[in-house]
Amino acid sequence: MKVIYEKPKVFTDSVTTYCGGCGHGIVGKLIGELIDEMGLQENGIMVWPIGCSCLSDRYYDMDMMMALHGRAPAAATGIKRADPSKFVMVYQGDGDLVSEGMAEIMHAGIRGEKFSVIFINNAIYGMTGAQMAPTTLMGQTASTAPAPTGRCEDNSGYPVKMAEILAMLPGVCYSERVTVNTPARINQCKKALKHAFELQLQGKGMGFVEVLSPCPTGWGMSAVKALDWIDEKMTEVYPLGVIKDTEKEDK
Amino acid sequence: MGNQVFMQGNEAMAESAIRAGCKLFFGYPITPSSEVPEYYARAMRERPEEGITFIQAETEVAAFNMVAGAAATGHRAMTATSGPGFSLGQEAMSYMSAADLPAVIVEIMRAGPADGEILAAQGDYFQATKGGGHGDYCNLVLAPYSVQELCELMQESFELAEKYRNPVILLSDATLAKMRESVELPGRPELPVPSELPNALRGCGKDKEPHKVITCGDGAVQWGAFNDRLQAKYQVIREAEERWESYNLEDADIILVAYGSMARVCVSAMNLARAEGIKVGMIRPISLWPFPQKAFAGITGKKFLVCELSAGQMVEDVKLSVENKRDVSFFGKLGGTTPSPKVVLEQIRKMEVC
Repeated sequence: MKVIYEKPKVFTDSVTTYCGGCGHGIVGKLIGELIDEMGLQENGIMVWPIGCSCLSDRYYDMDMMMALHGRAPAAATGIKRADPSKFVMVYQGDGDLVSEGMAEIMHAGIRGEKFSVIFINNAIYGMTGAQMAPTTLMGQTASTAPAPTGRCEDNSGYPVKMAEILAMLPGVCYSERVTVNTPARINQCKKALKHAFELQLQGKGMGFVEVLSPCPTGWGMSAVKALDWIDEKMTEVYPLGVIKDTEKEDK
Repeated sequence: MGNQVFMQGNEAMAESAIRAGCKLFFGYPITPSSEVPEYYARAMRERPEEGITFIQAETEVAAFNMVAGAAATGHRAMTATSGPGFSLGQEAMSYMSAADLPAVIVEIMRAGPADGEILAAQGDYFQATKGGGHGDYCNLVLAPYSVQELCELMQESFELAEKYRNPVILLSDATLAKMRESVELPGRPELPVPSELPNALRGCGKDKEPHKVITCGDGAVQWGAFNDRLQAKYQVIREAEERWESYNLEDADIILVAYGSMARVCVSAMNLARAEGIKVGMIRPISLWPFPQKAFAGITGKKFLVCELSAGQMVEDVKLSVENKRDVSFFGKLGGTTPSPKVVLEQIRKMEVC
C-alpha cells in the first residue's frame, strides 16, 4: 500500500492541548515536517516560550529548552554562541515576544543572532484567558480591554508591527508575515519557515517569520469565523508578505 | 602549575575563570564588577587561541538567561554583576536551580538598597542565601576573603555547579573586587567534552534520547514530585558542602563571626585584642549557603560577636546555629563604610566589660 500522508517522524505520540481552530497546531506541524525534510533533529535545539505553546516539549523528539517568559531569545543566544554549529529555533507568542520579552527579541535582532524566530501573533493572550496583547487591534475586546470600547489608544496605545520593526535592523536578514487561514497560505507559511531555517544553516543573520494565527476561543467566535476575521480585520493592520530578504536583494 | 602575579581581585578572578575553561561570558557593566566583562572583552580579542566569547547583554535579565542557555549545552558560562543587576537576575536564579543548570554567577556586593552606592557592603546576604527569586530553591553561595581565595573559589564554583547541577554564586564585594594582592593563579583543569555531558543540549536522534530543559509544572502530583527531587538535591548539598575556617577557638571567651572583606578586619581586630590579653577567636564562614552550622556545634559558654557590613543579616543564621542565641551580639556598618580593626576592638572591649 502506498503511503500518501503520515505524521512527521519527529512527532511523539502526544496529543496537543490546543483548542479547536487554533493556529499553533498548524504551525507546529509545519515545523515537524521541515525538521524531517531538512534533517534537523540530530543537530537542532528548540527554544520554547511561556504561553499556549509551552507544552510543546511533549510533541517533538528534539533537544529543547523551555525558557522563562519573554527570555527565549536570550536563552537561544547562550545556546547558539556556545555552539554555533547547532540549528536553533525560537518560537514565541505575542505576550512573550512583544510584551514581556520586547528587549530580548530587539537586542537579539540588533546583535544579528543567527537563529530562526517564529512569532505567533494572534492578537490576544490565549493561555491566561483572552487578556489584551500589545498586538490586539484597536477596538478589539479582551478581558482586560472590555466592551464597549475594547482597546483604546488613550489607555493602551496602538498595535505593534513586529515584522516591520525587526526588518529595520541590519542584523535581521529576513522578515516575512504569513498566515495559516487557507491551504495556500499554509503552504506559503511553510515556505517562509523553510527559508528562515535555510538562512540560518547558511550562517546568515536572524530570520523572522510572523504568523497571523487564529484564536477562536480568545476571540470569542467560531473556528470558521476566526479564519475570516484574519482577512477582514488582521491583515489590514498586519499586511502579509516579505518585508525584508537581503539574500533575495543580492541576486 | 600556576604562577605568582600581583593582580586586582576582579581581573585575577576573571583570569582564573578563563583558566577553569569558562570561555563564555555574558554580562552588563555595573560598578564594581565592570573589570570582569572588560577583561573578557580584551581576552576575546587578544587571545584568539582561547576561543572566548564575550557578549555585552542589553540587561542583566538577558545576561542571566544567556548564561542559562549556554550552561544547558554543557559549556562553562558565567556572568558578573552587583546588587541592582543581581536583583534583575533573580528570576533566572530560580529557573536555573530548578532546571539543574550549572551556571556560575559572580555577585560583587555594593551598598544598597535601591540605586545605592558603589562602595563595599554585605547587604545582599539574604538575597543570595535565602533565594531572591520565587519558589523553594537554593543556590550554593561561596564567600572568599582574599584575592587568592577569589581565584580558587572561582574555579571550585564551576566544579560544584557541575557536581550538583545547580547555580553557584561567588559572593565578592567592592573591596575584594578592587584590591590588588599577590596571587598564585590556578592552573587549567582537564574538562570533559561539553556535548558529551549527560544532560547537554546538542541534538538527538540515532544515538541519543532527547534532552528537554523543562520547569513547567503539569498538575500537583507531577509538580510535587519535581519539588521533592529538588529538595533532595539541596539536602545532599547541605550535608556535604559546609565550609568555614576557625581561628583560636580553644581558649577563646569571645568569638568573632565574619565573612568576606569584613573577615579581614576581624582577623586584625582579633590579633589586637589578643595583644591586650583578651581571648578572642573567630569563625569565618566560607560557604554562606549551606551555612556552616557545624562550625558552631558544641560551643558553649562563649560570647559571639557577628560583624557585617549590613544591618544584620548573617547574624540570623548564627543565632540559628548556636546553642543559646542570647550569646550572640551584632556589630554592623551601613552605607559603604568599612570599620577599622580598632573600631571592632572597641566593640570587643565593651563585651569584656559586660
